[in-house]
Amino acid sequence: MKKEITLKLNGYETTVAVEPHEKLLDVLRDKLGVKSPKYGCGRGECGACSVLLNGKSVRTCIMYAVEADGQEIVTVEGLEKDGLTPLQESFLAHNSFQCGFCAPGIIISATELLTSNPHPGEEEIREAIAGNLCRCTGYGSVVDAIVDVTRSE
Amino acid sequence: MTELDLKLVGHNAVRLDGLEKITATAKYADDIDLGPGMLYAAILGSPYAHATIKSINTSDAEQVPGVHAVLSGQDCPGTCGLYLKDSQLFARDRVRYVGQQVAAVVASSQGIADKAISLVKVEYEPLPVLQDPLEALKPDAVLIHPDLGDYEVVPWLYPQPGTNIAHLRKIRKGDVEKAFEEADYILEDWYHIPHVVHAPIETHVSAALYTFDGRLTMWNSTQSPHTQRNILANVLNLKHKDVRIITPYVGGGFGGKAGVNMEVIAAACAMKVPGHPVKIRYSRKDEFQNTSQRQELKAYVKMGVKNDGTIVALKHQLFWDVGASAEYGSNVVNATGFSATGPYRIPNVWIDSYAIYTNRPPCGAYRGFGYSEFHFGIESHIDRIAKALNMDPVEFRKKNAIQEGDTVAYGVEMGPTGILKCIDEVAKAIEWGKESKSDDVNRVRGKGFALVWKAPAMPANESSAAFIKFNEDASINILVSGMELGQGFMTAMGKIAAEELGLPLEKVRVELPDTDRNPYEWQTVASHVTWSCGNAVRRAAIDARNQIINVVSIAHHIEEADLYLEDGTVKCHAKPDFALPLEEFVINGIQMSDGTFRGGPVLGRGSFMPEFTSAKVDPETGMGGHPNVHYTTGAGAVEIEIDKETGRVRVLRMAEAFDAGKAINPDLVKGQIEGGFVQGLGTALWEEVIFDEEGRIRNPNFTDYKIPTSLDAPREMHSIIVEVPQLDGPFGARGVGEHTMIPVMPAVANAIENALGIRIKSPPMTAEKIVQALKEETGKSL
Repeated sequence: MKKEITLKLNGYETTVAVEPHEKLLDVLRDKLGVKSPKYGCGRGECGACSVLLNGKSVRTCIMYAVEADGQEIVTVEGLEKDGLTPLQESFLAHNSFQCGFCAPGIIISATELLTSNPHPGEEEIREAIAGNLCRCTGYGSVVDAIVDVTRSE
Repeated sequence: MTELDLKLVGHNAVRLDGLEKITATAKYADDIDLGPGMLYAAILGSPYAHATIKSINTSDAEQVPGVHAVLSGQDCPGTCGLYLKDSQLFARDRVRYVGQQVAAVVASSQGIADKAISLVKVEYEPLPVLQDPLEALKPDAVLIHPDLGDYEVVPWLYPQPGTNIAHLRKIRKGDVEKAFEEADYILEDWYHIPHVVHAPIETHVSAALYTFDGRLTMWNSTQSPHTQRNILANVLNLKHKDVRIITPYVGGGFGGKAGVNMEVIAAACAMKVPGHPVKIRYSRKDEFQNTSQRQELKAYVKMGVKNDGTIVALKHQLFWDVGASAEYGSNVVNATGFSATGPYRIPNVWIDSYAIYTNRPPCGAYRGFGYSEFHFGIESHIDRIAKALNMDPVEFRKKNAIQEGDTVAYGVEMGPTGILKCIDEVAKAIEWGKESKSDDVNRVRGKGFALVWKAPAMPANESSAAFIKFNEDASINILVSGMELGQGFMTAMGKIAAEELGLPLEKVRVELPDTDRNPYEWQTVASHVTWSCGNAVRRAAIDARNQIINVVSIAHHIEEADLYLEDGTVKCHAKPDFALPLEEFVINGIQMSDGTFRGGPVLGRGSFMPEFTSAKVDPETGMGGHPNVHYTTGAGAVEIEIDKETGRVRVLRMAEAFDAGKAINPDLVKGQIEGGFVQGLGTALWEEVIFDEEGRIRNPNFTDYKIPTSLDAPREMHSIIVEVPQLDGPFGARGVGEHTMIPVMPAVANAIENALGIRIKSPPMTAEKIVQALKEETGKSL
């Protein structure tokens, strides 16, 4: 019992047939070839699968694809369409990430934060990315890069 | 090349994998599309921690439309293992832990595979379940591996058939009993460190394709492409040349992706369905249950000292729960057996390090390789003894800290170490001796200190190799099989090569491993690749440089000794105007006056194997060999604040210093220190795998097993690099990746004692444990 859904994905209208039980994460990765959201836990705990849904970050591993019908989705591939964002530039300059697996999710959460609050304090930044687990960095290099962006803008 | 001449090594740079990772271009194993022919696998795990398998019936599963193959132990003979071959692909005669793989279905969709696997019928007869290593040691304990005597094993491990002991490493140095008699003060106690998991954010992923030409190609998230190739070729009866392991980026390893794990199941599945790729991506629950965990340790420590603070004797007995398989964990037990003195000069040492089978999941390599666990006891003990002697714990450590030329427990001389400088730097950063007070009367503060040492645990003949390929524009591709796990391997290798070749870093690429193309590397473990593979890369760069200089010398009639490389050109000491750009000849050669050419594509080759190590020791004393290449030493400290009502601990400040010999990437070394600290903090305060009475894991997810978030990490982190060169390391470098998490558990325990006067002897040091201990203290004083 497939259902056709239409998304505005990274700026383009996209139509895809999905089963009602399919998760948005699997549809993005396996059917639409968008690989930046990652599988880390399948329970909405680690944040690696985050995307922006109508500008708000959501966990695509616990969201059904059919729930996204008619809505706008932006992933890292969409954010960088016109070149690196200042946030990405800052992450690059700070060598913020190590294995890099959590990076797409953290870019999404930090982008969401800076869109609504361009000048957050360090504690607000830590709060905003607290749902994105990173096992490598200890978070200092990630937080520093976000703080730097808020200062330069 | 003097220190001042170094242009890249020792300087900060944007990491070579940075752009790929911040643009989400970096491909991980699950990001590789394998086409519409891909099949899906479902795996049946044992519901019992210990049982014999009476029968397996797969006929119903085979009838499900869309099922291509059903596999169980009967289809997969042979045993696997890195050091001790005690592991079966699928359990054949008995299951030894909950979740152990018993059967698999390969089908055209995940749904069909899941449905079919539920139709596999297995009849079990439960056996007694062992979950405590001390229980498993008892003479009447049920045997988990009755065939232990039949397993293939490396000659330097000593399984004891008829018991649950997979290995026992003994050290006997000096006369411990006599030294205890002469000691002024003796402290003996037990410490208990539970199982924890690696928790990389990327779970294990393996995809395999077996083709009709007899080749097996795999895309694995692994730290060990060549080791996997070797083990898989042997167990699957394939030629090494026909097994190709491609390793995209790894989304976190920490030892959990070392050796072979579920990849062998993906390979076995693929071989049943030639022409179809089969992919297995572990769920988070699988990652907890079916990969490997960190060993549990029950440690007995007895230490004797003189009144002046000199340590004279140590008896250290380590009872390691290695779980149901010791294929890798036996070497953790071995390595720690050699080093369980900690970084101290101790003349009389008795160490027994036991690898004990239980019915818990197999344990293996975990960042620190057992050193985190035994340092908890040693460093707790050191603080307690200093207090008893009325000595400052930092001064006590300095007095006994091992120095170059001292003799380690197995009788070999200690190499260069900057441990005293590390201690001083950390003491300064944490403001040791300066009391710190909270404004809140309910909160108390304390500081704690710990020292660290660790050697890479490797076979004596581990090795690394490298190729450097020049391209037309004089850019280079470095082919190595060390793995970029996030630690900065690529950037380190790129800098080492570029430094020797006089190239800017922008001209360098370091390739991810592919065993068809890239030369040999043992594994990316043991914090050894900067040292070992770095030496191979440096030799390859020198080889390429020699080729370049040779051809220019011939074509331009200049003495080789006068030529050198700088800024992408060949220059000449004797002729300041001479500057030949590399891109003019590194592929196409140099044209002579008669129209012929000299030279050709420049291809550097380098390999490295330590030639001074030996695992041949006396099993009764541990003496006579040279099992370790070197030790990296360091120190760590924390300042914590405890809420006395809730028991909650916050780390306000941390400082760690390590002697990296020479930091190739100083900023990335600091990244290792911060990241390792926070991973260690998780194990100090929250992390513990909890089992029920039947051996099932009760918290296999991130809701019930908490790893640190951005809110938990300390706001003030002092990451300090000390550099006392390792003479046989590239530019003096030695590894630091694992060491950074080792001091955290004991430093926190010592800080809690400093703040509250209570001693916790088993991490995680949760709020609950602290409140409980406080209540007991208050009860006593009432």
